[in-house]
Amino acid sequence: MEKRTPAFEYAPAPESRAVVDIAPSYGLFIDGEFTEAADGKVFKTVSPSTEEVLSEVAEAGEADVDRAVKAARKAFEKWSALPGAERAKYLFRIARIIQERSRELAVLETLDNGKPIRETRDADLPLVAAHFFYYAGWADKLDHAGYGANPRPLGVAGQVIPWNFPLLMLAWKIAPALATGNTVVLKPAETTPLSALFFADICRQAGLPRGVVNIVTGDGRAGAALIAHPDVNKVAFTGSTAVGKEIARTVAGTRKKVTLELGGKGANIVFDDAPIDQAVEGIVNGIFFNQGQVCCAGSRLLVQESIHDELLDSLKRRLSTLRLGDPLDKNTDIGAINSAEQLARITALADRGEAEGAERWSPACELPESGYWFAPTLFTGVTQAHTVARDEIFGPVLSVLTFRTPDEAVAKANNTPYGLSAGIWTEKGSRILAVANKLRAGVIWSNTFNKFDPTSPFGGYKESGFGREGGRHGLEAYLDV
Amino acid sequence: MSDRLNVLKTYKLYVGGKFPRSESGRVYEVTDAKKNWLANAPLSSRKDARDAVVAARKAFGGWAGATAYNRGQILYRVAEMLEGRRDQYVREVAEAEGLSKSKAGDQVDAAIDRWVWYAGWTDKIAQVVGGGNPVAGPFFNLSSPEPTGVVAVLAPQESSFLGLVSVVAPVIATGNTAVVVASEKSPLPALSLGEVLATSDLPGGVVNILSGRTAEIAAPLAAHQDVNAIDLAGADEALAKELEIAAADNLKRVLRPQPVDNWSATPGTDRMTAFLETKTVWHPTGSLGASGSAY
Repeated sequence: MEKRTPAFEYAPAPESRAVVDIAPSYGLFIDGEFTEAADGKVFKTVSPSTEEVLSEVAEAGEADVDRAVKAARKAFEKWSALPGAERAKYLFRIARIIQERSRELAVLETLDNGKPIRETRDADLPLVAAHFFYYAGWADKLDHAGYGANPRPLGVAGQVIPWNFPLLMLAWKIAPALATGNTVVLKPAETTPLSALFFADICRQAGLPRGVVNIVTGDGRAGAALIAHPDVNKVAFTGSTAVGKEIARTVAGTRKKVTLELGGKGANIVFDDAPIDQAVEGIVNGIFFNQGQVCCAGSRLLVQESIHDELLDSLKRRLSTLRLGDPLDKNTDIGAINSAEQLARITALADRGEAEGAERWSPACELPESGYWFAPTLFTGVTQAHTVARDEIFGPVLSVLTFRTPDEAVAKANNTPYGLSAGIWTEKGSRILAVANKLRAGVIWSNTFNKFDPTSPFGGYKESGFGREGGRHGLEAYLDV
Repeated sequence: MSDRLNVLKTYKLYVGGKFPRSESGRVYEVTDAKKNWLANAPLSSRKDARDAVVAARKAFGGWAGATAYNRGQILYRVAEMLEGRRDQYVREVAEAEGLSKSKAGDQVDAAIDRWVWYAGWTDKIAQVVGGGNPVAGPFFNLSSPEPTGVVAVLAPQESSFLGLVSVVAPVIATGNTAVVVASEKSPLPALSLGEVLATSDLPGGVVNILSGRTAEIAAPLAAHQDVNAIDLAGADEALAKELEIAAADNLKRVLRPQPVDNWSATPGTDRMTAFLETKTVWHPTGSLGASGSAY
């Protein structure tokens, strides 16, 4: 595809880095204090778009995890005994401080994660604040949540979150945990530890009692130690299905309550009567939002055969207008891949798609010289047997399949061990309801995609995990019911 | 007194709406509380377990897709059928658990009432655990519960009938289908329940009942890739852990054994919600113009 000359060139519109002050090093946040790891270990966190080292962060070992759990246990007694209305006010304070500091946090998240400022500013941060605001309101209304009168917190929650939405996943985990009276030890992902550490400072500003929130940075070993810790009462994990299965084995035979939000291979089904332009926007949003590093991404496009060519032409035209580059530029649509490791995984799976005979296409797209980048990529001529139609790629790679009848669409959409999300595009209401009814997925977007809201339960069927986050349903995971 | 010799019943499995013997041809001796022989029960094999899963999967679409009203009618019908055969179950429960006729009668009455209780839940649970979500945007957004699929149910070991009914009814009330492993020591009331289910308009395969060694039958069920959930009520601590580990392989929903002092107590909704998924459907609401309606 030849490079298209846009009608108007965009001038660079970079967001200022001056709003965020990243310290050269950070400790673990335990019992209200920043502290070094017991064995003094540290690791570096880099900016995926430049490979610049942003900071050095303490690497928690088992002793540190134990210290954090002890701090959370100690804090639990008072925190859980606090009247709900008081807990609510702490959470409202946190929500407000996040709103006040949202520009700073958006820039920080963009630097550490590589996602465009447009997304951190317009999607992540508003949702982060909204989650705390929403669950704050539950703290003094738990008797009305439908889990019986006087529902009790579980105790210490051990929470492990991924790198694709570092602060949003923190909010999804911490807000309901605190609202219900639990205390937490949270382990952010190894490649994106910074926003959680900034959140520690927000807890300080909010005057949150010591030990209620503890942040242990480190790699998978710290996460495994946290989940296996005998004094953790509740395990919450968002991440890969493989790790989710390992966690399910670890907690087997214990009394730990567990929720898992795992991988997906979402089908985005486009019927022949769909509004094509809106569908194209939805497809783009479904798979290229956050560089496709989204568990509920619409990574399998199922197009009704009769509109395949027309839709693909529109889609390719639209993809040619996406701007890839500096994530801090407000015009950027597609930022960097989070890490060299993830880039290698995406590259390997895309190469496999090509080797297996699917047809690969990307718009003309210059990739920056430093950092981790992957051009938006389409595969056509994909069958259900292709690896790119089966494995979660977790990157900006869309596999296009076709179908003829609604039944075939449903069968193909459900032909996966995953069951997190799906999309339906059609103008026919009865078809939306019929297809939505038959899809085995926890979230179904009709004539829209990748919409999130704190009031709305989110979570998967089958191997996409169990439990729901968000809404009234999200409370259950943190209550003894 | 007449010297008439009574006719003994050959107890069989209940799978796919039929009453097969175990594929293995094996049986084991079931005795009453005083160790007197009662019957030979089928000693189910791994193959029987797999056959039962196939039957349960086949029945799932129709049962999950039936109206909640219809499911309620059928569950109520089970209670009707049981009521008519109350004496039989009182005798079987008394023998199985070594209870007096009167105590066994209480158990059976509670079990019949439990079917009635769950019959009333089928068309209410969605309203209690689902509903509209007030999202901050122009979207209609609805969460509804859906059955998770095929549920393996290890029936409680001690409460051979009330306990059994208490774990089976909630699973099917919500539209799941079940593969049930009867109490190992006292399987006869469970096997007889199959006869009632078969005459209660319950589609074949919705409930499948196996008897035998719990650990032997449960192992392939916990590891089965086409089983969506497992209720470990009838497993001891060591077995429960082993099965939970096996269940992790395809991320089955696991209901761990819960201590139950008194099966007669009114159950909550937990046994229903444990095997429900929540599906949330979004749709744009559109806009009828900037000013909206002024009435």
